[in-house]
Amino acid sequence: MPTTDAERLGEELAGLDALELAPPTGSGAARRLWSAAWPKATAAALAVALWQAVVWSGWKPEYVLPGPAAVAGELARLAADGTLLQATSITLRRAAVGFALAVVIGVAVGCVVARVRLARAAVGSLVTGVLTMPSIAWFPLAILLFELSEQAILFVVVLGAAPAIANGLISGADHVAPLLVRAGRVLGARGWAAYRHVVLPASTPALLGGLKQGWAFAWRSLMAGELLVVIAGQPSIGFLLQVNRELADAPGLLATMTVILGIGIVVDTLFATAERRVRRRHGLVAPDLT
Amino acid sequence: MTPAPRPTVAPVVAGPAVAVRAPAGPEPSDAAFVLAGVTKVHGRGRDAVVALEGIDLTAGRGALVCVVGASGCGKTTLLHLLAGLDHPTRGRVATSSRAALMFQEAALFPWLTVARNVELALRLRGVVRRERRERARALLRMVHLEGFAAKRPHELSGGMRQRAALARALAQDADLLLMDEPFGALDAMTRDLLHDELESLWRDRALTVVFVTHNVREAARLADRVVVLSSRPGRVVADLPVTIERPRRIESPEVGELAAEVTDLLRAEVRRHAHD
Repeated sequence: MPTTDAERLGEELAGLDALELAPPTGSGAARRLWSAAWPKATAAALAVALWQAVVWSGWKPEYVLPGPAAVAGELARLAADGTLLQATSITLRRAAVGFALAVVIGVAVGCVVARVRLARAAVGSLVTGVLTMPSIAWFPLAILLFELSEQAILFVVVLGAAPAIANGLISGADHVAPLLVRAGRVLGARGWAAYRHVVLPASTPALLGGLKQGWAFAWRSLMAGELLVVIAGQPSIGFLLQVNRELADAPGLLATMTVILGIGIVVDTLFATAERRVRRRHGLVAPDLT
Repeated sequence: MTPAPRPTVAPVVAGPAVAVRAPAGPEPSDAAFVLAGVTKVHGRGRDAVVALEGIDLTAGRGALVCVVGASGCGKTTLLHLLAGLDHPTRGRVATSSRAALMFQEAALFPWLTVARNVELALRLRGVVRRERRERARALLRMVHLEGFAAKRPHELSGGMRQRAALARALAQDADLLLMDEPFGALDAMTRDLLHDELESLWRDRALTVVFVTHNVREAARLADRVVVLSSRPGRVVADLPVTIERPRRIESPEVGELAAEVTDLLRAEVRRHAHD
């Protein structure tokens, strides 16, 4: 039995807390994984079935449009002889370097534009403008500036991704709840400290959305770049596509495309998972909706 | 001037608004804050709104002042002036120490755990890292949230969030706690417990509290002084000392009687605006 007023108050508060918090519900990790995986697996199976049906319909001869089995065989062969590993590693290295550069530039530009009113007026709409520009339109300029080199590809990849990342950060900073900024000021966070402790963390979900979009732009620009800018001794994935087309190697072409699609999906899933996790940590989604 | 002893149970009986002192020189050591002839106008030209006009208000250290008023009485402006978030158009605002401000919403940072929210407040006032964790834990224990340190704000109930916000405000080590309708969004049961909680913290930590509310019963339950503001512009229309003995209950007849008295004042004030 509580003896003092303070103890009684503590006990009453604890009782109220226990009543107000819903009892924890939750399912096992395996179950969650399964419920996330089966719709995707079913959709993939349906797509393959549709593809096979088109092949069987005889719409195009098999040397132009091979079936899933032939492509899978080719994929296995490419994987076994190391071609695929080499091409993927070259392409992914470029993607990583280009994306990393884009993150640095995009975050820097986003910070300045979100923070400085003059910069907002000057380059705010330019960022959106560059975002809507098709990346392929940059290539003639990139090739003039950097010739047929890796720099030309990276130039376009960065221009594709950085505006999306900057945009994400800017819109995140624009939508920080004023109450939180005020709460930060009351706690003594002004100027740069307010930025560091309130605005930037509050913008993280939007920044992650920008990173996801930036990645999609980077990946597209990279593929376009590798098709246009072929560098000797660097058999990238885009290079494989080009060779396959020239040799009219339809199974090889489709196998390469499958790899491109696969990488795109895997990375997008990683970003989506990170975004969802951050949004949940920020209390922006109801737990049972995720 | 000798500092007045801090009241423990018996409430301070406040006098009428104190006369303006010479602006130079330090404030007397027993005043927690002084508002002298404070007028605040929001906007300018035709859109100008006089939020506060000619406010003279001061409170000794350790006072628990409740400010009540109808809508548009500039209660929030008053707190912002005291917190230093805003400056008066005319007049003088002086506070003897740093003020901590609490809002109707807890305004906790949703990306930080409850403990980290408190630690951030400590960090922003320069407490070194190794001390922060221990002090945050002590503050959370004080508001009976020690078991929820690792939770995020959205995982807590409204009342728990306000207690966490209270712990964060106390982390600023301010002697002056400004509260802007902090319990307005809570159910009666929770609010009742939080009144007890606030009262014991106020007593134990020698705080000066300015508590803005539109709930007159709440004001009568908590205050040792109720300040009634008029609306548009906000002026002090009454400054009532509360001598009801503590511990008080919100249901008690004395509290009800005082609440009725304050309500009558507010109603008269509202009637004045019927033909605006």
